[in-house]
Amino acid sequence: MYKNVLQSIDHIEIWPLISFIIFFSFFIGLLIWVFTVDKKYVNKMKSMPMDDATDTELSSLNHE
Amino acid sequence: MEIEKFSYDNKIVKAFMIATVIFGLVGMLVGLTAAIQLFYPIFNFDLQYMTFGRIRPLHTNAIIFAFVGNAMFAGIYYSMQRLLKARMFSDMLSWIHFWGWQSIILAAAITLPLGFTTSKEYAELEWPIDIAIAIIWVVFGWNMIGTIIKRRERHMYVAIWFYIATFVTVAVLHIVNSFAIPVTLFKSYSWYAGVQDALVQWWYGHNAVAFFLTTPFLGIMYYYLPKAANRPVYSYRLSIIHFWSLIFIYIWAGPHHLLYTSLPDWAQSLGVVFSIMLIAPSWGGMLNGLMTLRGAWDRVREDVVLKFMVVAVTAYGMATLEGPLLSLKNVNAIAHFTDWIVAHVHVGGLGWNGFMIFAILYWMTPRMWNTKLYSPKLANLHFWLGTLGIIFYALPMYVSGVVQSLMWKEFNAEGFLVYKNFLETTVQILPLHALRAVGGTLYLTGAILMTYNLIKTAYSGSFIANEPAEAAPLAKTYVANSGGWHYRVLESKPILFTTLALLAILIGGAIEMIPTFLIKSNVPTLASVKPYTPLELHGRDIYIREGCVNCHTQMVRPFRSETERYGEYSKAGEFVYDHPFLWGSKRTGPDLHRVGGKYSNSWHYNHMLAPDAVSTGSIMPAYPWLFEQLINEDETAGKIKALRTIGVPYAEGYEDIANQELEKQAGSISESLEMEGITVAKEAEIIALISYLQRLGTDIKGEKVADN
Repeated sequence: MYKNVLQSIDHIEIWPLISFIIFFSFFIGLLIWVFTVDKKYVNKMKSMPMDDATDTELSSLNHE
Repeated sequence: MEIEKFSYDNKIVKAFMIATVIFGLVGMLVGLTAAIQLFYPIFNFDLQYMTFGRIRPLHTNAIIFAFVGNAMFAGIYYSMQRLLKARMFSDMLSWIHFWGWQSIILAAAITLPLGFTTSKEYAELEWPIDIAIAIIWVVFGWNMIGTIIKRRERHMYVAIWFYIATFVTVAVLHIVNSFAIPVTLFKSYSWYAGVQDALVQWWYGHNAVAFFLTTPFLGIMYYYLPKAANRPVYSYRLSIIHFWSLIFIYIWAGPHHLLYTSLPDWAQSLGVVFSIMLIAPSWGGMLNGLMTLRGAWDRVREDVVLKFMVVAVTAYGMATLEGPLLSLKNVNAIAHFTDWIVAHVHVGGLGWNGFMIFAILYWMTPRMWNTKLYSPKLANLHFWLGTLGIIFYALPMYVSGVVQSLMWKEFNAEGFLVYKNFLETTVQILPLHALRAVGGTLYLTGAILMTYNLIKTAYSGSFIANEPAEAAPLAKTYVANSGGWHYRVLESKPILFTTLALLAILIGGAIEMIPTFLIKSNVPTLASVKPYTPLELHGRDIYIREGCVNCHTQMVRPFRSETERYGEYSKAGEFVYDHPFLWGSKRTGPDLHRVGGKYSNSWHYNHMLAPDAVSTGSIMPAYPWLFEQLINEDETAGKIKALRTIGVPYAEGYEDIANQELEKQAGSISESLEMEGITVAKEAEIIALISYLQRLGTDIKGEKVADN
């Protein structure tokens, strides 16, 4: 039944084309953003796992 | 800004960690049992709940969903709270998630040995359990999104992105692949048939690997590796590209599991192209992980956590290079259906998932119990046992895969197959299977040592159930800093982010599937292909129940070596009434698609009773219960009606006369057996199974079939 529903869509052949355009432009946008993003922001993000906001600092316990 | 005091919930993490360890040991033990069954068939115990066909799905499900699943939740619940500076959204949801998931595992552990299975790999669980999985998964997602919304950290670290993608994609995969029409409480038929079912199943199967075994653990890598190395990730920019390209590309690659099958060619090529593209993000991720350790390699020598992580990330790199190579058609022609694939998945499973899990367990336990690891020496021993275990597992399987494949394909000077008898190729690789079990034993021994070590560690410390923390809440109005407006929009709205991720994965899936469902010419109809008779249907359900598909394919590929051995290659149109498809993914025994009419009824009878007596050296288990158990004729009508609903053209009212036809066909089989001196009840399951096996692949015999 659902097959017939899909079959009745006009110009379904344009879907792959649209998808490709979305796909392609998304990646171009992503690359532009990644290479132009503020270094301060990148450094902040990078250090995030180090900052637990916990009271007790246990991370030194396990490593000499 | 006022600082808020709160606490991280370690109790839920602890619960998931305990479940991880328990189910890890169980899953590995079941795997070892299955491995031993392959060279000592006596370990099937002549017991229907213990045969390889039922144990193998138990192993895969236990490892993927119980061991890796619980570890994923432990890793996510621990890191997510800290990255978002917030306790999980709701303790109640956390515990519903935990106990719900464990109940599902329990249900799987009971139903799979009982033979309740859909036969679709890694999706074997029957429909009521499928519904439970969907509900519990939503609880997990709800809890996660809730936590993101009430976070105290403005920016979402890349690990969180991987977690969101995991949640969204697994939900989509599970729901789409699980569409089925229930017949009884524990029996259903896949909504899809034949080629379409295969495509949906391997879209699911491939992406279950991607989004259950890979993305959550990449998130875990991006959190725990910098943590353990005590330095930030090598390149945050690379991690962003890694994320988006991985989730975009992975979803397309599923058809590489179906090369040279009856799947339309264009879909196969699509799968190959995207598989090759996958090398880029995968290796980007691996390098990002390894480069994080730049300048800290000396620490790897001392810190067992880092050792495990380095091997894990390296195994990830190896497996993700091997995967694309295996999806090249010429490599696939050799590797597919052999132990090579088993080696490949275990490099990923034992190396990447297993070692990453061991690493985070060794890392979290001392911290959560506020103590030191009980014995770094023992952990070191675990590391070496595990590493040797992986090598002893993978190497024999690689050799075994190549050896057997070449034997399958070897022709003599006269143009005949050298090893006409499939069994010769099986016997040849049994020593390698024994060696593989040694590898498995080493790996399991290591895991047992870890369990002891972690328990001792926990007892030496005191558990911090609620770890206190403090952070400022998010400001109501966000003052722009860096990152650009588009980024702020994306990140400040987790729902929008989730939708985008969903869109990314939906596009790939839709393009793969819609045309296959739409264009009729993708599955050429063969006029001679008819629905199964009621008796054959019962037989097919027994075939599914016994997990025959775990060792026998039903897919003759268009190679001369296969058409010589088995007969005409398989056509897409032959499977249009196969709910579910039973193409299989591994040939431990020969292909069965053209087995119909090849042997006599009495041959099948004797063979199922004592395979070794009919084919000396056979490793197939015996199936004595099929001769005592009777088929349930009350279910016939329900089966016919269910299949008609999903498109199998049984005439209206056929269900009322189905049992008469069934008895007629059973009668003729039992008569033919009687003539050879075999007396068996005509309702016995073996009769139904024989009728199915004799039907297999016979629809197109004696017909000219147009190539598809």
